[in-house]
Amino acid sequence: MKMKRAALSLGPVYYLWDGPKWRDFYFRIADEAAVEYVTLGETVCSKRQHFSEPHVAEVIERLEAAGKEVTLSTLAMVTLERESRQVRDLIRDSVHAVEANDLSALGLLKGQPHSIGPLVNVYNAATARTLAARGANTICLPPELPATSVHRMLEAMPGFSFELFAFGRMPLAISARCAHARSKGLTKDNCQFICGGDPDGLPLRTLDRQSFLVLNGVQTMSSSCAVLLDDLAPLVDAGLSRIRLSPQDCDMVRVAALYRTVLDGRMDGEEALVELAKAYPGVRFSNGFLHQQEGAAWVSRGRSAGLGHG
Amino acid sequence: MPTLPPLLAKPVEIAPLWFVERVARAIFSSVLKAHPDLFDRLGQYKQTRYCFSPCDLPLHFRVVPAAQSLAVSRGEPPLADARIEGPLALLLGLLEGRCDADALFFSRDLSVTGDMEAMLALRNTLDDSAIDLPREFGALAGPFSPLVAAAARHIRARALEGRDAAWN
Amino acid sequence: MELICPAGTPAAFREALEAGADAVYCGFRDETNARNFPGLNFSREELRQSIMLARRKGVQTFVALNTFMRAGDEALWYAAADDAVALGADALIVADFGLMAYVAERYPEQRLHVSVQASASNPDAIRFLVEAFAAKRVVLPRVLTVQDIARLTRQIDCEVEVFAFGGLCVMAEGRCSLSSYATGKSPNMNGVCSPASHVRYREEEGALVSELGAYTINRFGPGEASGYPTLCKGRFDVGGTEGYAFEDPVSLDVIDEIDALKAAGVSALKIEGRQRGKAYVAEVVSSLKKALGATPAERSALVSRLRTMSEGQRTTSGAYDKRWR
Repeated sequence: MKMKRAALSLGPVYYLWDGPKWRDFYFRIADEAAVEYVTLGETVCSKRQHFSEPHVAEVIERLEAAGKEVTLSTLAMVTLERESRQVRDLIRDSVHAVEANDLSALGLLKGQPHSIGPLVNVYNAATARTLAARGANTICLPPELPATSVHRMLEAMPGFSFELFAFGRMPLAISARCAHARSKGLTKDNCQFICGGDPDGLPLRTLDRQSFLVLNGVQTMSSSCAVLLDDLAPLVDAGLSRIRLSPQDCDMVRVAALYRTVLDGRMDGEEALVELAKAYPGVRFSNGFLHQQEGAAWVSRGRSAGLGHG
Repeated sequence: MPTLPPLLAKPVEIAPLWFVERVARAIFSSVLKAHPDLFDRLGQYKQTRYCFSPCDLPLHFRVVPAAQSLAVSRGEPPLADARIEGPLALLLGLLEGRCDADALFFSRDLSVTGDMEAMLALRNTLDDSAIDLPREFGALAGPFSPLVAAAARHIRARALEGRDAAWN
Repeated sequence: MELICPAGTPAAFREALEAGADAVYCGFRDETNARNFPGLNFSREELRQSIMLARRKGVQTFVALNTFMRAGDEALWYAAADDAVALGADALIVADFGLMAYVAERYPEQRLHVSVQASASNPDAIRFLVEAFAAKRVVLPRVLTVQDIARLTRQIDCEVEVFAFGGLCVMAEGRCSLSSYATGKSPNMNGVCSPASHVRYREEEGALVSELGAYTINRFGPGEASGYPTLCKGRFDVGGTEGYAFEDPVSLDVIDEIDALKAAGVSALKIEGRQRGKAYVAEVVSSLKKALGATPAERSALVSRLRTMSEGQRTTSGAYDKRWR
C-alpha cells in the first residue's frame, strides 16, 4: 500500500502567555519544530490581544524564513463592536491566509481562500461543501468528531484538505462569562488578566478531587490532553492531510518530532506514547471522542483494533 | 411534605394484600382502557420494571408496562429496574402528570434509584396522558361514582396543595 | 413581540395554545432536535394534528431541527426537513449549515430560522446567514447584553428572537462539548446534554452525591435541595475553593427587561423548556402572555409567581446584564 503523507500543523496558543514567552515559543518553533503550517493569533479573548500584538510581525517573519506557512486565527466569539472591528480589520488587511473561528469571519471571508478552524461546527460533508464553495480550502474538524464521521467526510470529498485536532487540551466550551476571573473573585470586565497566571490553564476538579477540566479565561478545556498519535495511520490512509497540534505549556518541539516520527513510520505508536508522556508530564491522555466514547476516555490501539475504518 | 392522613393509611395497612392488589389492578386496567396508547411513548422502556414505593404506606407497587402487569408487595422492595419512593399523594400526582417531577426529585421529596432514563421516559409519557385518578377510582364505585370521585378530588387537592407550582 | 412557546408532547402543545402562545416550537422523536429525551417529542402524525390545531387558533408551529447532521446519516435530517415542510411547519429552526443549505435550496419559500445552536452573536455572522441561506430570523445566543442586542438589530435585515425564560446555558450554545466529554453524548450530535442515562445519585454519610458518567457533579448536605447534575451547573473545586464554578443553579428570567428588549428591536421572546411538563408550559406561557400586555407595575406581581418555578427557586437575567460576565 502506498504511504500517504500528512503534514503537521500548529494551532494557535489558546492560553494567555506574556509577550516574550509567546514570541520565544514561536521563535523556537520556527527554528526547530517539524511543522509545516502555523496558525497563530489570539483566538479566545479579545482583551488579551495586546500581549502578543507587539511580537506578531517578528514571529511571522521568523516562521516564514524557516519555510512555515502562516495563517492568522480569528476570535472564537465575537459579541462587541470592538471585536467585530478586529475581525473585519484582520480579514481586510491580512496578507496571510485567515482561519475562521466564528460565523462573522465565515461571512467576511466569502470568495477568498481561507481556512476553517476547529471552533466552527463542521460535522458533515454537506456543511464542508457549503463552506468550500465559499472559499474554504482547508477545514480543521472539531475535536468532538468520531472517526466514523471523519472517514465519511474524507470519502465524500476526496482531495479536499481536512485537518484533525490531534494533540492538546481540547477546547470544549466558550462563554460570555469568564469562569477563570470568577474563580478569583473578579469579573470579565475587570479581570486584571488573571488568566495569564495559568499558562497551561487553571485546573478544575470535582468535589471528589478528580481532574476534570481546566479554565482558560472564557474558554473551558479538557483536563486530559487529546492524543491521537497512535490513531492517525488509518485516517491518513483515507486521505487526512493535516494533523493539528495545539500548543500546551510543554516541549512542543519534542511533541511535533514524536508525531512526525510516528507518521513517518519510524517509531511504534506505543513507544512514542511513552516518550510523549515525558514531554508533557503529569497530564492524562485521551482519545475517547475519536472512538465514539466519552471524550475523556483513553482507548489503546490494542482495544480499538477492530474499529479501523469505522 | 404532604403525607397520607392516618385515617386513610390505616385501613390500607391492615387490608389483606390480595385485596389491595385487586383494587390497584382494577384502577390500573381502567386507566389502560381509557388510555390504550398510554405506553406508546415509552418505546424501549416498555420492558422496564418500575417500582413505586409510597413512603407513607408499607407497600410497593411494581408495574411492567409491556406486560400490563401490576403487583403489590410488602416488606423489602421487589426487584426493579427503576424505583421511585415518596409520599403517596406525590406519586399519584406524578402519575397524573400533575406535579413537575424535576422539581420533586430536586426537592428530595421523591427519590429515584436505578435507571434514570427509564424514569424520565415514564415521566414524559405520563405528562402527555390525561389520567384522572379520582375519575377512575370513582368509576369503580358504581352508583356512588360521582360521590367517590368528588371525595377523591378533594383529597387530591388537599394533598397537593401548593405543589402544583413547585418547579425546579 | 411574539411569544414562542415550547412543547415536548402534544399535551404540552395544547396547553401552550390555550395559554396564548403566538407560536409553538417542537421537534421529532429522534436525534434531529436538541431535546432528544426519552418519551419526549412528536411523531409525524402527532405533529400533523398539532399543526392543524394550531392553524385553527391562528398560532404558528416551528419545528426544531437543531442538531448537527451526523456524517453519512444526513438522510435522517433531510427527511425530517422534508416532512416538516410537507406537514405545514411555519418555520424550521436549523443549526447545521449543510441542512440550512438543503432547506434554502429545496424549499426557498420555507421560512428558515437560525437556531441558537448556530451561535450567531454579531451583525456579520447574521449577515452571513441571511446572505448564504436566506435566514428570516435568528435566535440569539445567550451571550449578549440588552445593549449588544439593540446595537445588533440596527445593523441587520433579519428578525431577532431571544430567550426570555427557562433553563440557562452558561456556555455559548452549540459550542459546548462538556457533556460528551463526560458521557459521549452531546447536544450537537445527540440532542442531549448531561443525559439521564449517565446520571447516578448515591447516598454518602447523609449527603446526596450526583454523578454524571464517572464524574461527581455535586454533593448536597442533609436536607439541602438537590439538583439534576447538569454539568455546567455543578459544584467543583478550583484552586482549593469549592463552589459553582460556572453558574449557580438558577434559570433565566428577563421579564424585567421586556420593555428594553422591545425597544432593542427584538421580534420574539422564546421560552425554554420542551423537556418540562405541560403544567409548567401552561403556567409560564400564560404568565408571560399577561406580562407582555401589562404595565411595568402590574408586571412585578406576575413575576413573583413565575419565580417559584425556577431551578433552585432563583432566577437571573444572565448575560442580558453586563454584570453577569
